[in-house]
Amino acid sequence: MALKMVKGSIDRMFDKNLQDLVRGIRNHKEDEAKYISQCIDEIKQELKQDNIAVKANAVCKLTYLQMLGYDISWAAFNIIEVMSASKFTFKRIGYLAASQSFHEGTDVIMLTTNQIRKDLSSPSQYDTGVALTGLSCFVTPDLARDLANDIMTLMSHTKPYIRKKAVLIMYKVFLKYPESLRPAFPRLKEKLEDPDPGVQSAAVNVICELARRNPKNYLSLAPLFFKLMTSSTNNWVLIKIIKLFGALTPLEPRLGKKLIEPLTNLIHSTSAMSLLYECVNTVIAVLISLSSGMPNHSASIQLCVQKLRILIEDSDQNLKYLGLLAMSKILKTHPKSVQSHKDLILQCLDDKDESIRLRALDLLYGMVSKKNLMEIVKKLMTHVDKAEGTTYRDELLTKIIDICSQSNYQHITNFEWYISILVELTRLEGTRHGHLIAAQMLDVAIRVKAIRKFAVSQMSTLLDNAHLVASSTQRNGICEVLYAATWICGEFSEHLQEPQHTLEAMLRPKVTTLPGHIQAVYVQNVVKLYASILQQKEQAAETEAAQAVTQLMVDRLPQFVQSADLEVQERASCILQLVKHVQKLQAKGVPVAEEVSALFAGELNPVAPKAQKKVPVPEGLDLDAWINEPLSDSESEDEKPKAMFHEEEQRQAKHRLPEVDEEELARRREARKQEQANNPFYIKSSPSPQKRYQDSPGVEHIPVVQIDLSVPLKVPGLPLSDQYVRLEEERRHRQRLEKDKRRKKRRDKEKKGKRRHGSLPTESDEDIAPAQQVDIVTEEMPENALPSDEDDKDPNDPYRALDIDLDKPLADSEKLPVQKHRNAENAKSPEKEDVPVVEKKSKKPKKKEKKHKEKERDKEKKKEKKKGEDLDFWLSTTPPPAAVPSTDTLSANTNTDATPKDEVEEPRREAQDGEDEDQDQEKKPSKHKKKHKKEKEEQPKDKKRSRKKLLGSEEAPGEPVQNGALEEEPLPPMSSYCLLAKNSYIKMTYSVQGSLQDSQVTVSIILENLSGSVLKSMELSVLDSLNTRMARPEGSSVHDGVPVPFQLPPGVSNEAQFVFTVQSIVMAQKLKGTLSFIAKDDAGATHEKLDFKLHFSCSSYLTTTPCYSDAFAKLLESGDLSMSSIRVDGISMSFQNLLTKICFHHHFSVVERVDSCASMYSRSIQGHHVCLLVKKGENSVSVDGKCSDSTLLSNVLEEMKATLAMC
Amino acid sequence: MIQAILVFNNHGKPRLVRFYQHFPEEIQQQIVRETFHLVLKRDDNICNFLEGGSLIGGSDYKLIYRHYATLYFVFCVDSSESELGILDLIQVFVETLDKCFENVCELDLIFHMDKVHYILQEVVMGGMVLETNMNEIVAQIEAQNRLEKSEGGALG
Repeated sequence: MALKMVKGSIDRMFDKNLQDLVRGIRNHKEDEAKYISQCIDEIKQELKQDNIAVKANAVCKLTYLQMLGYDISWAAFNIIEVMSASKFTFKRIGYLAASQSFHEGTDVIMLTTNQIRKDLSSPSQYDTGVALTGLSCFVTPDLARDLANDIMTLMSHTKPYIRKKAVLIMYKVFLKYPESLRPAFPRLKEKLEDPDPGVQSAAVNVICELARRNPKNYLSLAPLFFKLMTSSTNNWVLIKIIKLFGALTPLEPRLGKKLIEPLTNLIHSTSAMSLLYECVNTVIAVLISLSSGMPNHSASIQLCVQKLRILIEDSDQNLKYLGLLAMSKILKTHPKSVQSHKDLILQCLDDKDESIRLRALDLLYGMVSKKNLMEIVKKLMTHVDKAEGTTYRDELLTKIIDICSQSNYQHITNFEWYISILVELTRLEGTRHGHLIAAQMLDVAIRVKAIRKFAVSQMSTLLDNAHLVASSTQRNGICEVLYAATWICGEFSEHLQEPQHTLEAMLRPKVTTLPGHIQAVYVQNVVKLYASILQQKEQAAETEAAQAVTQLMVDRLPQFVQSADLEVQERASCILQLVKHVQKLQAKGVPVAEEVSALFAGELNPVAPKAQKKVPVPEGLDLDAWINEPLSDSESEDEKPKAMFHEEEQRQAKHRLPEVDEEELARRREARKQEQANNPFYIKSSPSPQKRYQDSPGVEHIPVVQIDLSVPLKVPGLPLSDQYVRLEEERRHRQRLEKDKRRKKRRDKEKKGKRRHGSLPTESDEDIAPAQQVDIVTEEMPENALPSDEDDKDPNDPYRALDIDLDKPLADSEKLPVQKHRNAENAKSPEKEDVPVVEKKSKKPKKKEKKHKEKERDKEKKKEKKKGEDLDFWLSTTPPPAAVPSTDTLSANTNTDATPKDEVEEPRREAQDGEDEDQDQEKKPSKHKKKHKKEKEEQPKDKKRSRKKLLGSEEAPGEPVQNGALEEEPLPPMSSYCLLAKNSYIKMTYSVQGSLQDSQVTVSIILENLSGSVLKSMELSVLDSLNTRMARPEGSSVHDGVPVPFQLPPGVSNEAQFVFTVQSIVMAQKLKGTLSFIAKDDAGATHEKLDFKLHFSCSSYLTTTPCYSDAFAKLLESGDLSMSSIRVDGISMSFQNLLTKICFHHHFSVVERVDSCASMYSRSIQGHHVCLLVKKGENSVSVDGKCSDSTLLSNVLEEMKATLAMC
Repeated sequence: MIQAILVFNNHGKPRLVRFYQHFPEEIQQQIVRETFHLVLKRDDNICNFLEGGSLIGGSDYKLIYRHYATLYFVFCVDSSESELGILDLIQVFVETLDKCFENVCELDLIFHMDKVHYILQEVVMGGMVLETNMNEIVAQIEAQNRLEKSEGGALG
């Protein structure tokens, strides 16, 4: 064995460490992969060795390789080995590797549970810290469930370093194990007021994260956060809280009202941009939540917009970006105030920074109105031409479409203009958004009936110039617009000026190079077009022309029949056969047009996207029932492949209304024609100069426009959208003139009366009449559509599980599972009623327990109800009402909002703080100090803040920890017995005494019967922790209680002793337990129980041991002892009494005393020496301690401080 | 929440890769590459925020980065974090590195990736900001270094 060790350490000298590995990789730039695989082989060898240092080194190297992209999951087990090393150095390496490579799928992760639990309860805070950090990265639902309780205990650890980590990690635990949220929440809430700023910040962090997902459950915390907001000086915490309020205000408008004022103050006072920005953001959120019926806040909006303008104008690009971001939030509710800054935002479109341009674009989306749409889009179009990168250009394109199409084309007054914009956009080369343009074209053409004619003429030109569009790219590019163009031309073929020419264009050989799904639409629409031409010709009795068209079809269709695309091929061959048949009939002189057109008869209406889902299920129809019994499995394989047809195609098929009889069709057509005839648009549309050729037979008359390919950007015949802008301006001008005229007339009439008011009449949105009587067809919904709002919720949201009502009292089943043992709790954790009680479930008295629980629940319910009222009460801004009932607040608020003056506000805030105070008083008497501090800070706070501070230390001015007040009151002086628990039946007091044998402590409990019944069958059950166990009679299990060896007649008290074994005594412990007993009186017997918490202070592990001064001196000289000291001020007691007190309560003995200075000694039950030097000053006492265990010493001193503080 | 913290140099070589949500190694590398290309295109005088790469998160996520000499420090965060706050946090992280390594340069990060991780662990834990007070961070790191020394270091 020894040899092996030596060999191991010799080998080690030749091992590479991390630095060697990095150096090696850098020296092997050419064959890096080879070198690394060689290294991995070495690492594998190293991992096989027994020496933990070698293993740790290997794992460290693996972590580096992981960063380079190498999978190290094969070493997971070795990583766990290194994690369980006893040395911190190695442990840290192991946990780091685990945090980088472990995840929920790592199967060995379940082996770590016990190791992690051990590390969490390690006496070294850094072992615990490293375990918490590691766990935060790889916690799984199993680990979360098993360790939740251990971590919860750590939330009240003595060291702030551990507390803050434990608090933070709870969020991860909640995510993985949502059941832990309710039991852990009270303690988490408590940590919001932790004396350590780091812990406080962690708690704020976690609650903000939780509240962001499910804000409504955290409304009741608003008063607490409000208090933190007005008292904290830590910008980081302030930012988090202010952000949280932003999430809460939408749920409670009254909260918003209360926030506005302190937030505006902050905005005015702070110099930290980050804080200013978040304040503005939250004010905006408040204003949004108040937007209905709160006209008084225009000052706040102005302030926000004004501050944001300053940000946007700043040279710092970051501020500019954020300013724009926040501006877009205001925009939603107060568009007017943003619109006045249009110049600034348009200016940002020219910024060199793409992020800023994109933000500006976002803003423009909300800023458009009927009035400025054309202008803004025009500006954007020039940017499209200028834009270099395709990503930004595509973004521009989608924005233009978004802007125009938003809220059902609300802002478009002239659809001709829009269609031409869309057509202009088709000139974009290399865009990936062809389908977007296509979808818009289709949508507009279908839904705006009045525009169809214009759209068709534009689309036919587009088809004519298809080679421009199609040549650019084959896939998903701009050629997609041909899909739309063809369909529009086919479907609305009656509007075509020269259908035959278009037919020609659609049958060009070039078409076969288009993607399959577009060709398919071509084929289908060729037939529609054909049908309509046929009809025209037959009506005009031009049989020859009709036959010529048929011939054209027969000639050209075969090119599609040969298509490789299944869809195209199938349709083409079908249609070819059909046309051939028609040709035969035509040859016989049979009129066919009527029948062919019947193929495509019927009106198309748009269908709402959710329509299908909303069709109500008819009564008596069970969709889940089998219609026929299912066939055997073997046949199910024959199912048809689903994606047989292209998706788009399917949708169209759905649009079509099935089975409409001829008459109905004719009627509809008639109606449509009528409607079109009456439509003003048709009168306006200038007839094309080629119109006169329309009726002439043959295609040769149609002038084919020659296109100069060297200038592809200008497609002849396409109107420029700018033209419309001009037209529109003229039109508006005319309108205005008319209006002015009318007004003048009116004014002439009124001339004698009043003077003309105001300056030039400004044009408002409502004044602009649309150019066409636009009728936007609304989307169809099935009859009896079910109203349902739940369409948009995502059932897979991981945060849904955390939507838990936190105010409900805890149920039994919700308590955290306790795996084996609980960890030691520390002495400092303030005792509060609502700290979740992790109780041991005793088996026998279940019924009673329930009953008891119910009582408790009732109590809590009352409490909770009170809490709800508290919130209402807090939210009311009226001065503390003497007699006004708190529920009356809603009406009370309204009168306080209108006074934004600071002088008026100041006293009110104080009054309201007073209110908070009153409510808290019963629960937390220790708050007073804090409150004073806050008041003092109130004034200078505003000037103090600076941006730098976010970085610097922000600790609140030192204030002694006020925990002393929270501890149990000692019974009359010099009694070591203190109250354990008490109810109407029984009172328990206890005292803990250490004995030097076997690390045991004896707990003496005095049981006093307070009732008129006889108490018997008393049994004490205590929940053991890892560290502290109750000594039980042989053969009984850990869950059994220990019987109390006597009965108690009424009014009698007696003492029972119980022995506990303790492993580590360096920290104070708390054990929870229950005393169950039967109370028997004349009326009968009831089973009762009483819960208690046994508190083992560190002092109780000390035993009074005499020591001689020479031995004492030797001990101090040995140098083995670590040192620590405390100082307590404001002590008036005499030194003698003080010493007696220390001797009594903390089990010390005086070694030597000289004047106001004394040395004391004690020894723990495990043999630690504790030496003290106590000095008394005028008003203070300082205690220097030395002990062989530093943790024990600091805990003992801490306890002593508490004792002395009461002197 | 912070989703990921990436440090890479001007050539895209990763110096620290810390994801707070699991991704397989090859995806991690891909994200680093993608992020690098996004960040590289940007001048130093434009804003430090980038609306997310397509690989991490989605629209709720932002890349917030700072460029120091040869290194990029990129934090990928969601909307619960304050943008300016994170910029300050990056500054705190870098200043802490500077204190711990005494004039930090890229080489320190190259050869002491583990130490950089330990420092980061005192600033950010499991994707949440743990400590912003530099003195506190440095104190904890030094205490741990002392503890390591007392154990005889990694070689002991």
